[in-house]
Amino acid sequence: MIGRWFSFTNLNGAIMDALTLIIDYLFSEMYLRAAGMTLLLTVVAMFFGMLAGLVIAVIQETGNKQLNYIVTTYIWFFRGTPALFQIIFIYNVLPEFGINLSSFMSGALALALHEGAYVSEIMRAGLQSVGKGQRNAARSVGMKEWQVMRHIILPQAIRVIIPPIGNQFIGMLKLSALVSVVAVEELLLVANQAASSNFLYLEALTAAGIYYLVFTTIFMYIQGHIEHWANGGYRPKTLVENAPDTKLIGRTEAR
Amino acid sequence: MSRDPNSSKRNIIEARNVFKSFGDLEVLKDVSLDIAKQETMVIVGPSGSGKSTLIRCFNLLEGIQSGEIRFEGNIIKNIDKDAWKRREEIGMVFQNFELFGHLTVLDNITLAPIVVKGLDKKDAQQKGMALLEKVKIPEKATAFPIELSGGQQQRVAIARSLAMEPKLMLYDEPTSALDPEMVKGVLEVIQQLSQEGMTSVVVTHEMGFARNVADRMVFMDHGRIQENSTADKFFNGQVSDRTRVFLDQILIH
Repeated sequence: MIGRWFSFTNLNGAIMDALTLIIDYLFSEMYLRAAGMTLLLTVVAMFFGMLAGLVIAVIQETGNKQLNYIVTTYIWFFRGTPALFQIIFIYNVLPEFGINLSSFMSGALALALHEGAYVSEIMRAGLQSVGKGQRNAARSVGMKEWQVMRHIILPQAIRVIIPPIGNQFIGMLKLSALVSVVAVEELLLVANQAASSNFLYLEALTAAGIYYLVFTTIFMYIQGHIEHWANGGYRPKTLVENAPDTKLIGRTEAR
Repeated sequence: MSRDPNSSKRNIIEARNVFKSFGDLEVLKDVSLDIAKQETMVIVGPSGSGKSTLIRCFNLLEGIQSGEIRFEGNIIKNIDKDAWKRREEIGMVFQNFELFGHLTVLDNITLAPIVVKGLDKKDAQQKGMALLEKVKIPEKATAFPIELSGGQQQRVAIARSLAMEPKLMLYDEPTSALDPEMVKGVLEVIQQLSQEGMTSVVVTHEMGFARNVADRMVFMDHGRIQENSTADKFFNGQVSDRTRVFLDQILIH
């Protein structure tokens, strides 16, 4: 038991026992698997969510009417209903139409679809941040529409969307706890199970909480690096020198 | 107006009876205009007279409702998938420069030659540097647009257009957004190109500059061409009363 390696002789017995159990949980196979599952859910849901969001934003920008109706309906539905509802709906209703997905697949699909609706708005704001003037300038030198998108709009939109996307990543990490309702063995479900076997909620939940905070911290660190990469390359020195050191605190709106 | 079959040998742009409107607002009314090869045409007129819209129709940034515009004798269709082919051959310089903010000066210039013409990167950069020499700011090659003054940005914008080796250059109020001390450098570049034989259409309010470079002067008002004459006639006062009123207004200072 790894917890026994640490010496807590100066603390009173109850606290020592609690800390020992928390550390045991943290390094237990059960928690490691669960943390891996939470991370996997987050990354898979964000990957497909961002893909969906980008496609939707480009459709909205280039404006085919029929497609526009479809994506507007999609955004309306997935922003307008709770994520929890969507997870339960996909898990329980799709089988009635002969679509049988594992609980992981249903959870990841629901989260990705939910995320796509939000990310599309972020992506759209990013695309719109590149003004008509630059687009026309790019057209005037002979670029085709997709080249304007690829070489002029997307590279500049990326700078705008990184901070809110980082936000969404951290939000998704926490949102992923919802799929515990369809029995995906992620952190919250495993912590809850551990606690209900011995009624030691403090220890079981603290261990899960530590994992969430560690992941959040890592995400923020990665976001900082990506921002640096996206801006640093072409941000004029004068601006960088004068810019206040803005460390973004991970924050996401409650849903 | 009937069309002389040989006219397209002489003229790079031939516009006939062009009408254009934005919704209910008619911005071009029955505009007919020839631009001869190697000619420098200056278009003046009050704001809202349709002069910017007219030149934007030449490179298909705007479509027209009726009439026809020919470029080297070929009818310019309305904006479609092939519009880029027309635009590739016509350079345009904008009032607000519109440099690509994420690219260095040199990359701004080489991007289109590389992605549109498929030019080798090294060749494009060599050519880009030569163009920066021409507009007299080679030392800014690695700078980003935001680090440049307005006048420098506009000269880069000119170099960016020239990199595509256009047959016609359109300037849409190239100095209107500049501080007064920046205007001269930009106009000098435009004048030099014009003297080297670049066919140019300049929409501007700089009458002193117009007098220096124009072969032909066009005065537009309310979407119509009110005056289209040689620069000599125009500046010697052989103009209509409406044109004279306008000239008196802007020449007062």
